[in-house]
Amino acid sequence: MPEKDGKDPTGAPLRRPREKGRGKKILLSILRPLKAGLWLSLVAFPLVTFKFEAETRQAHFLPERIPLLLLICFGAAVAFDGLGWLKKAFGPGKRAGGILESPPEGLNRPRLSWVNRLLKSRFFKPASGVLLIFLAVLPFISSPYGVNVYITALIYITLGLGLNIVVGVSGLLNLGYVAFYAVGAYTYAILNAQFGLSFWVCLPLGALSATLLGFILGLPLLRVSGDYLAIVTLGFGEITRLVLTNIAITNGPRGIANIPPPSLFGFDLNQSVKPFLLKLGLIHSRTDLDKVLIYLIILMAAILTVAAVHRLENSRLGRAWLALREDETACQAVGVNRAGAKLTAFTLGSTWAGLAGVVFASQISFINPQSFTFMQSVMILSIVVLGGMGSIPGVVCGAVILILLPEYLRFFADYRMLLFGLLMVVMMVFRPEGLIKSARYQHIYRAPKAGEGDPSDSASGK
Amino acid sequence: MDFFLDLLVGGLTKGSIYALIALGYTMVYGIIAVINFAHGEIYMISAFTALIFGSILSSVGLAGWGLLFAVIAVSALYAAMYGWTVEKIAYKPLRGSSRLAPLISAIGMSLFLQNFVLLAQTPNYLPFPALVPDVPFPAILTRHASDTQIVIILVTAASMALLTLFIKKTRMGTAMRAVSQDLEMARLSGVDTDKIISFTFITGSVLAAVGGVLIGCGMRQIDFYIGFLAGMKAFTAAVLGGIGSVPGAVIGALILGFAESFAAGYISSSYEDVVAFAFLILILIFKPDGVMGAATTHKV
Repeated sequence: MPEKDGKDPTGAPLRRPREKGRGKKILLSILRPLKAGLWLSLVAFPLVTFKFEAETRQAHFLPERIPLLLLICFGAAVAFDGLGWLKKAFGPGKRAGGILESPPEGLNRPRLSWVNRLLKSRFFKPASGVLLIFLAVLPFISSPYGVNVYITALIYITLGLGLNIVVGVSGLLNLGYVAFYAVGAYTYAILNAQFGLSFWVCLPLGALSATLLGFILGLPLLRVSGDYLAIVTLGFGEITRLVLTNIAITNGPRGIANIPPPSLFGFDLNQSVKPFLLKLGLIHSRTDLDKVLIYLIILMAAILTVAAVHRLENSRLGRAWLALREDETACQAVGVNRAGAKLTAFTLGSTWAGLAGVVFASQISFINPQSFTFMQSVMILSIVVLGGMGSIPGVVCGAVILILLPEYLRFFADYRMLLFGLLMVVMMVFRPEGLIKSARYQHIYRAPKAGEGDPSDSASGK
Repeated sequence: MDFFLDLLVGGLTKGSIYALIALGYTMVYGIIAVINFAHGEIYMISAFTALIFGSILSSVGLAGWGLLFAVIAVSALYAAMYGWTVEKIAYKPLRGSSRLAPLISAIGMSLFLQNFVLLAQTPNYLPFPALVPDVPFPAILTRHASDTQIVIILVTAASMALLTLFIKKTRMGTAMRAVSQDLEMARLSGVDTDKIISFTFITGSVLAAVGGVLIGCGMRQIDFYIGFLAGMKAFTAAVLGGIGSVPGAVIGALILGFAESFAAGYISSSYEDVVAFAFLILILIFKPDGVMGAATTHKV
């Protein structure tokens, strides 16, 4: 939104006499969103109200879309303005802080957000125990459809946490993360189809092959950073998908079908174990035990991921990653092995994607390159961005919101990607630290600066 | 030899379109050092705008060259509006924030615009009308190139010439060059940098719109996803030539156009995109300053 209020060249608002022109200011603040709404409707007008029909090769005028157009445009303008006002009124003092913001009270230890206080409280351990039991019982009491949705959510939690290592903790924007997911899935599919290897053998192998690919791709990435790194990873992701589409062993665009679900000690769960459990009255007759097993596996994997990422974050390596995120040059100067930190972040991040990929393949039993497009990478990235970069509870919440919400609000299904896009912009503009701020951000003290320029921007080399 | 010449002309046509889009990337990057991910979508949107206004204007009775240029003008106007709005919403509030923020916001914007067109129009391919009228070009030209290809190359060349004149000769162009050299210094010498940044987005969008209309005429079909791939390739071209350099973007685009065309002709057309992406990665890794770019040193 265009802002016309006076600003001096350093970006700090000029002091103005208060009593003068107050009414005019209020009028302007009402007019501004209206003007913006009018402008947005004008911009969107031709593409919304005219629809080109392929059959008649003519553009048809659809006047019935006009009210909706006006409603959305004015609503968006007002919402955008309102968010800006909220941020000014309640947000931290300075806007230009970006992802890292200094606590307004200076050197005093800042108050943690309620989530982070909860994580530190003595109720946390018993509460998480109860939650764990609930999560373990959940698949037995919900419908097969529900179990499927939960599996998907857990897969995305694992993926989000893996990407969080790369993007959130280490600040390496990986736009080709889905490639590692694909490698995990295809490892299982191919090894099973060609050599008959079981799920349990393929699970570590899938994770391993993704790790290996991450390592190999990570080597050239040592030479690039920032935007270029993002583009290179995007290129890798696209090349992986194109290669999967074009080589013989993956069966090209037709994909690989009949990928078996995992078995438990060679039992066919639905044939042999289910009648027994049914007799005991432990499960519902509709429960698909294969899916339940997958659910439990991915639940375990997700918990393992949370634990591992948490331990990693607070390790020597994790601190090196954080230093890498803040400034590549400075981190080298204080003795962090930059290449090592970068490579391990990229490699270890890929491992989780491989793991999730194997589980994904066993869940849907059919994979083709269309499951691994750039949009998937974007979706995992939006999970991390929405939840809060570098924050484990944030990423878990982000995955749950972004996966479960569209499942239950079918109305949103068509608008899903549209809203994801909008969400990413709005989050970056108004709350770049995500829904749940990483506790570490809240302890960062940054001295107020005289001029403009942000320390985290110094990696730009501009 | 005939096959070779066909590929050469095909590569030149492709390269011209990439050049038109690449200029938008390179100009924006030169000024605020942000990859404008949504730029490819502006190009896609102008192709759709051209489709709609082509249909409306031809039903009013316009035809021939008048129709083509009217369509280009309207698309350029709308592209400029989109470019300006995108900058105001997704980039301006983020100035001076961390490095990752504008990039993520740009991806979000690109996703939003793609899905906006998908929902407002259609997820399918749409046929694009032949807007380029028949021209009696000399036979020596039309042996290997279609009329449309010749027009694409000529219009691109004209746009480049205009842009160069604009940047070199006008006051606004001088201000743009000043801002791209040193934003802070330009501001201190009285340049309204916000205005210049907006104007750079507008200029880039107008060029992308010209590219969007021309690619519609060349490919004869468009869908909501054309912006992503074209945007990636144009970005490759911009980096190849040295991002921030205007002649570099054109040279990079032509190199990429030829490389793709010959790869499709002599290897396999299914690996056309792989070649482009592999090119991108290799350049970024081994020569990130590009062919024409000045070597940048990282100051601490």
